[in-house]
Amino acid sequence: MTETMVTTGTTTGSGGSRVLGAVTLLGLATLLLFAFGLTEPDVRLHPTTGEEIGQFDAVRLLYLHVPLAVFTYVAFVLCAVASAGYLVRRTPWFDTMAHASAEVGTVFCGLVLVTGSIWGRPVWNTWWEWGDVRLMTTLVLFLMFTGYLALRRATVDPRAAALRGAVVALVAVLDLPLVNRSVEWWENRTLHQKSTLGELKIQDLTLFTLMLGFLVFGLVLAWLLLHRFRVGWLEREDAEHGVATAIAERRAAIDGGDVDAAVGEDA
Amino acid sequence: MSRFLADARLVAAKDLRIEARSRVVLNQVAPFALLVLVLFGFALDADQRTLRAFAPGLFWVAVLLCALLAIQRSVSVEQADGALTGLRLSGMSPAALFIGKASAVFVQLVVLEVLLTAGIIVLYGSEVDQPLLVVATGLLAAVAVACTGTLYGALASGLGVRETLLPILLLPVLAPVLIGATRAFDDALGSAAVDGWAWLVLLAVFAVVATAGGALAYGALVEE
Amino acid sequence: MTHLGYLIAGWGIALGTLGLYVVSIIRRGRDLARRVPAERSRWLTSNDDGSRG
Repeated sequence: MTETMVTTGTTTGSGGSRVLGAVTLLGLATLLLFAFGLTEPDVRLHPTTGEEIGQFDAVRLLYLHVPLAVFTYVAFVLCAVASAGYLVRRTPWFDTMAHASAEVGTVFCGLVLVTGSIWGRPVWNTWWEWGDVRLMTTLVLFLMFTGYLALRRATVDPRAAALRGAVVALVAVLDLPLVNRSVEWWENRTLHQKSTLGELKIQDLTLFTLMLGFLVFGLVLAWLLLHRFRVGWLEREDAEHGVATAIAERRAAIDGGDVDAAVGEDA
Repeated sequence: MSRFLADARLVAAKDLRIEARSRVVLNQVAPFALLVLVLFGFALDADQRTLRAFAPGLFWVAVLLCALLAIQRSVSVEQADGALTGLRLSGMSPAALFIGKASAVFVQLVVLEVLLTAGIIVLYGSEVDQPLLVVATGLLAAVAVACTGTLYGALASGLGVRETLLPILLLPVLAPVLIGATRAFDDALGSAAVDGWAWLVLLAVFAVVATAGGALAYGALVEE
Repeated sequence: MTHLGYLIAGWGIALGTLGLYVVSIIRRGRDLARRVPAERSRWLTSNDDGSRG
């Protein structure tokens, strides 16, 4: 992302990002092939009754859910680092990156909760489990960054938005261990621990598909961050351009002697 | 240091004096606190056994809802007549301003907590098994909520949507306080076999971080 | 395949949401790129000259 891309004039795309997009789509197709076609369902035999147990085909959701979860945290860590960077350096690059990574991270986070819930229904027999540490922490994280996005949207002044956003993001990230700890102490039983990934028959192919999932969703994150960053950057430029244009128009009106136009109808 | 404390006390006294004269917390937030307890009574079918079992949680949810109002009030008194600008121009350190405002909110929260404690004893039949634990929890939680709330009040201030934004910003962050204080009350009111004092450690950590972190961040924000 | 409904729901919602998000970003990008004059349309460099930051 350090090369300067020249805009084609109509999109945020560039040569590099188009290649990234194509590779990502290809990777996604490959992942789907592996997840649905080439891997086996999770079937094990009960030690005493001998009946078939396990996640069966629901395990195929994990190739989606686990990578999404990992990259949710990557995105939010990125946001925290960018927010800290903004507080120290106060440059628009850090702010734009913070906002972009927060937005993408929140989308991913919501999907983690949804896919996790859908996976949990057949496997744990419940859509939701209070007291599960990872669930609670992810939910609170989602709520905190939803608030972050709402705050940014509601704050008109860009510098104030950047500053407040940075503080909110950092407080959220620092609060998260406290949330995690308090939920962990609160309830000992956690479904997340009961059905561990370790219980899965991790054959080579399952592990490979999971790794492929990480790669693909890493690419998805990269593509989304790249473009969302550019959109954020353009938004900033657009706002500044709008202000500059308004000022220029006012000046021209004054120089041209047109007081009414300079003062404006809304005066 | 003494200048710092003097400034903080000045601000706290000012806010509390405003409250003494306007009686907003007393006349509006306190009745709201009782109202919340009553609403829970209606919603949970007014069975006193159920209510007593849930009293710790209901108590702390009521405190949080009241805290939202108290913090909104704390922010809005600065908005009238450019009061905040006046305070900044006075050369007072933002951290002292923060501590002062948070202290005033803290006092108001403690008053509300006392009221709510009476409320759950009378309305829900709660029994205070460990008064010391109740007091310690109440004080620590009030510090945590007051400091975090004052910071977030500043974060949401100056926006037309402050009323709706503050709750969604503040409440998720306070989740550990809610969990910890409720568990401590579970022990103190005898509704569950829990080690309440252990939870106080979490509350204390939160309170300390909120105070220090809040003072630090407030400075950066008020400079806007 | 067992649990097919859940699989379709899970993967469908995820890919669908991401797809909609992608479309939304591309659309926003197009609208903005059209409005912002060419000399302002630099992407980022790490050595920003600081004139606008």
